[in-house]
Amino acid sequence: MNNLLALIPALPLAGFLILSLTGRHLPKSIIAGIGAGSVSAAALITIFIGMQFLQSPPTGNAYTQTLWQWMQTENFSAGIDLRMDALTLVFVFIITFVGALIHIYSTAFMRHDRDYARFFASMNLFVCSMLLLVMADNLVLMYLGWEGVGLCSFLLIGFWYETPANVAAANKAFYITRIGDTAMAIGLFLLFRELGTLNIPEIMTQAPAHFQPGASNVTWIALLLLAGGMGKSAQLPLQTWLPDAMAGPSPVSALIHAATMVTAGVYLIARMHVVFQLSPVAMAATAAIGAITLFVAGCSAMAQTDIKRILAYSTISQIGYMFLALGVGAWSAGIFHFFTHAFFKALLFLAAGAVIESLHHEHNIFRMGGLKDRMPVVFWTFLAGAAALAALPLISAGFYSKDQILWYAWSAQNGNPMLWLVAIAGALITAFYTTRLMIVVFWGDMKTHIGERPGKAMTIPLMILAVLSIVAGFIEWPHNLVHLSLFSDLVQRYLPETLLQEGHPPEIIFQLVAAAVTLLGVYAGYVLYYKNTSILEQWKASPAMLSLRNFFYKGWGFDDLYDTVFVRPFYFLTRINKSDVFDLLNKGIATTSQRLNEWFSFSQNGSLRWYVVGVLIGIIFVLGLQIWG
Amino acid sequence: MPFNPQAVLIVAAILFVLGLVGVLTRKNIIFILVSVEIMLNAAGLAFVAAGARWGQPDGQVMFLFILAMAASEVSVGLALVMQTHRQHKTLDVQELRELRDKTEEYSSI
Repeated sequence: MNNLLALIPALPLAGFLILSLTGRHLPKSIIAGIGAGSVSAAALITIFIGMQFLQSPPTGNAYTQTLWQWMQTENFSAGIDLRMDALTLVFVFIITFVGALIHIYSTAFMRHDRDYARFFASMNLFVCSMLLLVMADNLVLMYLGWEGVGLCSFLLIGFWYETPANVAAANKAFYITRIGDTAMAIGLFLLFRELGTLNIPEIMTQAPAHFQPGASNVTWIALLLLAGGMGKSAQLPLQTWLPDAMAGPSPVSALIHAATMVTAGVYLIARMHVVFQLSPVAMAATAAIGAITLFVAGCSAMAQTDIKRILAYSTISQIGYMFLALGVGAWSAGIFHFFTHAFFKALLFLAAGAVIESLHHEHNIFRMGGLKDRMPVVFWTFLAGAAALAALPLISAGFYSKDQILWYAWSAQNGNPMLWLVAIAGALITAFYTTRLMIVVFWGDMKTHIGERPGKAMTIPLMILAVLSIVAGFIEWPHNLVHLSLFSDLVQRYLPETLLQEGHPPEIIFQLVAAAVTLLGVYAGYVLYYKNTSILEQWKASPAMLSLRNFFYKGWGFDDLYDTVFVRPFYFLTRINKSDVFDLLNKGIATTSQRLNEWFSFSQNGSLRWYVVGVLIGIIFVLGLQIWG
Repeated sequence: MPFNPQAVLIVAAILFVLGLVGVLTRKNIIFILVSVEIMLNAAGLAFVAAGARWGQPDGQVMFLFILAMAASEVSVGLALVMQTHRQHKTLDVQELRELRDKTEEYSSI
């Protein structure tokens, strides 16, 4: 059993190596087979290991496999050691299973692309890096996976590198996540200085004994790790890269948003929960950042017109919910939302990709419309995903996970009514913009002619994900309705149980409010975009609403803000420093040699006589030295 | 007649200057080669005179070396003159200026 662990990241790695070394000479069918096959095989192995794990839990609730020693110095060692516990199992399952479906979809989606092998090589490396990240036994190996994910996101966002805007988006993603990565690296250094180890199980056992709860050293470590998570998970204020990351192909967006990359921050915080629990400040910061992000991103999603940007902002917002849950101490609820979110967000991106491709690469939702009857498979699967995103009560997976978070935002140990209020406002906004998206894209008049319809390789992953977007929530019911909590039982083998406050209102009230708010959001979207569109026209006429819309459309102006605060001053500094005193030396050497060249090249005029005179003068000079010297 | 090395050296110097003036003023490569030969012979004459002055054979040995060197130099030089004439249809050194610095011409292209 333990020996199978290494195969999970090794298979995508092998796929990457084969495709990147020989991909140029392989036919597309073999490339597709290797690319999708390696991840699918990893998914099957994961399911096999998962079954074993559930049936007969191993000692210490984790499988481990030591591959080899990576580095060893006097008092520091890091190994290539893999570890599979309950938390890792959930992440690995999502990464490989959803990843495999995305790969299968991509075999059809990318079929006309000339860089077919490069695409699958990068995708496989992406999956491999993410698997390393979640399976690492020590934080150094985890950091390797962490950076690998950053590299692959850069490669894939800029996949169509011939368009300058795509390259700019790839660079932006790389730079901004790099800010978080640097903070995280400093956090790891501090952690090593305090504890003398970066092995995760050792940190888990030593940290409570070493640190005083709330001490400044552990707070700094937790905040720096949180900053790392914020960068990768696109949380405020490092969220600006994610909407631009839509420059990549749709399956890449699905992979980044659902299975890999943006969930790395959630994983990091859940993995380091002992450190975070020791620092109430960091926990409060996590919750506050999650709450603010989910609201800000939700508002931005309302005003977008690009179908993929709407989904991008919704991802930021949903990850905000996960951070909120982790911050209030509802560990299993945060991971459960990750679990359901992976299915429906992958589904939404893949379905959006199918729509975009069928409409000749049209991204603007207001030039879509009327696709309900013409693309029924995409419509019904998209509906299932949208229902889960909006968290429609009882029939969608999103409801079960989001309802838990809303409930814990108030009643969990670190929860308070303010967080709940922001979260419930976010739920209203989410339901509203999801309804807007559905109605504008699938109802109304058809505005663009439909080209090629998606084939089976694209629709079957959509259908599987649609079914999962509905049923994935049924494994964890609210405590007061049905006593079934398979998911939290599983992850609480690693994560601590969620502690509740004293004297909170009964849970059923929260559920009813959440359901009512969701339905209200859906109704508002229905009224504004379907039933009575004249209200919207009136709003558009008023300048105040229009400027608010533009503010949301620009994502609260964060790009402009960073441009003014960081980018422009930096350019200004580089410009005034362009010709400083140090440059004079370098430039002086260049100018001197150029001048000398001009002088001496005058003497090289090709005239034989000139040369003879030169030789003669030289001889006379030497002789003169001999005689008179 | 007594041997007067000074007079011979003066003759050698006159020959050398004649050759040098020929090299500097002639246009035709063949005449320049001939002038070079005159300069070589002037040097040879100076060697012989010096050898006779010191009663040593070295000066005559050196003259034989100069002869051999001049013969080979002329054969190579004439071959080059043949090629020059074939390629450029002229032997005028004022027109054979291919090896000058052409930076300005390139930059103007």
